[in-house]
Amino acid sequence: MFDLDKWQEIYSTIRKNKLRTFLTGFSVAWGIFMLIVLLGAGYGLENGVRKEFEGDAENTLWINQGVTSMPYKGYKPGRSIRLTNDDHQGMKSMNDVEHIASRFIIWETNTISYKNEYGSFDIFSAHPEYGIIECARMVKGRFLNDQDVTERRKSTAIGKPVEEALFKGQDPIGEYIQVGGIPFKVVGVFDDPGGDRDLSRIYIPVTTGQMIYNRGNYVTNISMTVGNATMERSQEMVEEIRNELATRHHFDPADQRAVFIWNNVENYTRFMRLFANIRLFIWVIGIGTIIAGIVGVSNIMMIVVKERTKEIGIRKSLGATPRSIIGLVLMESILITSFAGYIGLVLGVGLLELVSKNLPVIDYFAHPEVNIHIALGATFILILSGAVAGFVPARNASSVKPVVALRDE
Amino acid sequence: MISLKGIHKSYVNGKNRLHVLKGIDLEVESGEFISIMGSSGSGKSTLLNIVGILDNYDEGEFRLGGEVIRNMSERKAAWYRNHMIGFVFQSFNLISYKNAMENVAMPLYYQKVGRRKRNLRAMEYLDMMGLREWAHHLPNELSGGQKQRLAIARSLISNPKVILADEPTGALDSKTSLEMMDLFKNINNTGITILIVTHERDIAAETQRIIRLRDGVIDSIVKNGERKKWLSEQVMA
Repeated sequence: MFDLDKWQEIYSTIRKNKLRTFLTGFSVAWGIFMLIVLLGAGYGLENGVRKEFEGDAENTLWINQGVTSMPYKGYKPGRSIRLTNDDHQGMKSMNDVEHIASRFIIWETNTISYKNEYGSFDIFSAHPEYGIIECARMVKGRFLNDQDVTERRKSTAIGKPVEEALFKGQDPIGEYIQVGGIPFKVVGVFDDPGGDRDLSRIYIPVTTGQMIYNRGNYVTNISMTVGNATMERSQEMVEEIRNELATRHHFDPADQRAVFIWNNVENYTRFMRLFANIRLFIWVIGIGTIIAGIVGVSNIMMIVVKERTKEIGIRKSLGATPRSIIGLVLMESILITSFAGYIGLVLGVGLLELVSKNLPVIDYFAHPEVNIHIALGATFILILSGAVAGFVPARNASSVKPVVALRDE
Repeated sequence: MISLKGIHKSYVNGKNRLHVLKGIDLEVESGEFISIMGSSGSGKSTLLNIVGILDNYDEGEFRLGGEVIRNMSERKAAWYRNHMIGFVFQSFNLISYKNAMENVAMPLYYQKVGRRKRNLRAMEYLDMMGLREWAHHLPNELSGGQKQRLAIARSLISNPKVILADEPTGALDSKTSLEMMDLFKNINNTGITILIVTHERDIAAETQRIIRLRDGVIDSIVKNGERKKWLSEQVMA
């Protein structure tokens, strides 16, 4: 392998046939380049979609109230269904429910102020678990906790933009902000990967909200995470929830408009399966391109062997074993494919990096990239393809009969 | 050293079958210097190729140094060619992109001798052939005589028992040819068996025994009297 003579010989044949070697190498480099770019683009698409999901946990079910559309047991259609704390308690005891939270929202109508600073933000009355479902990340202090809920404390966690607007760099923890004229104690500041939409708001305990805004035991939305439940299980859960709510609120379980249940698990899994298929498709195309390259290299190596038949004959007459002849041809093939492939790899990754750095923010496409496993896999494919490309010509070379090879033409 | 009994060889080319050797019996003692003569197509090169294990034979028995050579694996044949036999060809068969020293060192490469050591040995043999200052030249920068001396140095470097030369002087002028024969004689004097295929009378006259082939059989074997006399003078002196 690390035999200087062998390398020297390969080097000298390559140098004698620069154009031929370049064209051969180019086909392989192109194959790898295309594979990397395609895979990168595929991942970019996947990353983009993943990013769309990023605002919230991926394994969530969201239950929103609706209006009945079918008559049921004497009730007329067109009746509003209102979710309550009892519904929350009922779902909490279901299997596979990991975190569950209820909420209702007071939209931007209320002015929130601190000293002389004012702003209009959404007020979310929610359970502490809502922070987990929304993927809120604490920057300062803490999120709401169970005690806030049971004791109906006037405590609040505020979004980063809220902090910036009201506190202007001052530490907000422990300070009181006025929410519709009622003072709330700031217990924490949060960030959210979902962006501005998920940030321009404050959270207050659901019980406090129900008391202040006269909501009784009503909520407008119940959401939950379902742990590692499969897509099939999540679909089952949706049915269980619908049936339970139908019993409690007297509507037809077949009525799809009485409550709206958004199954994020199902959507997420669908997308991920779609991407697995896209990836497979890309691999098939990419490998097809590489095979074209391999055939090219193989052809060239055939010609090389043909041209060097006489030399092979000489070597055999001097005592070259078939194995050493095979080694010579295989090494050259592997060298060309590996080197050219590496260049294709570097160019492909370089292009992706360039695109990734300069790409404007667009929906459903972000950070095209190839991970280290793909790069390693591609390298492995390269060496393997070099060996495959060299195999047939090498075998031909080793079976050349010296007397035939030495014959003067 | 070389023993041939009833050797037959045919080439099949499509439907045509060309019977080249039709029963060759030949004994060559160790240290002999023999020439094989005959018109073209008489089978002399084929005979040499069989002796050099470059080609196989159809019938008969061929022994080299006591070993029967028959249906040998390429791997084993390679070993024999490497350790027992040195080849010299009419068209030199040097590797064009390797310099003189590297060409001479080639057989040692296949004996897995280290680079430094084999280049040192190659320089010794180049020195012996008077080619020291040409060591780093490529073959196409050398004259015909120089190329053939290079090929001879290459055939000698692995200390073979037999040197097989196929028309070694065919591409050389008569003066250089005679120089080459002197070189072969010196090599023969060190005890190495030499077989030369030639169609030139002058060249054959320099050897101890002339085997004349005609249509695939041995026509005559002539012991070279002059050569013998010359040898006895050498012993006396």
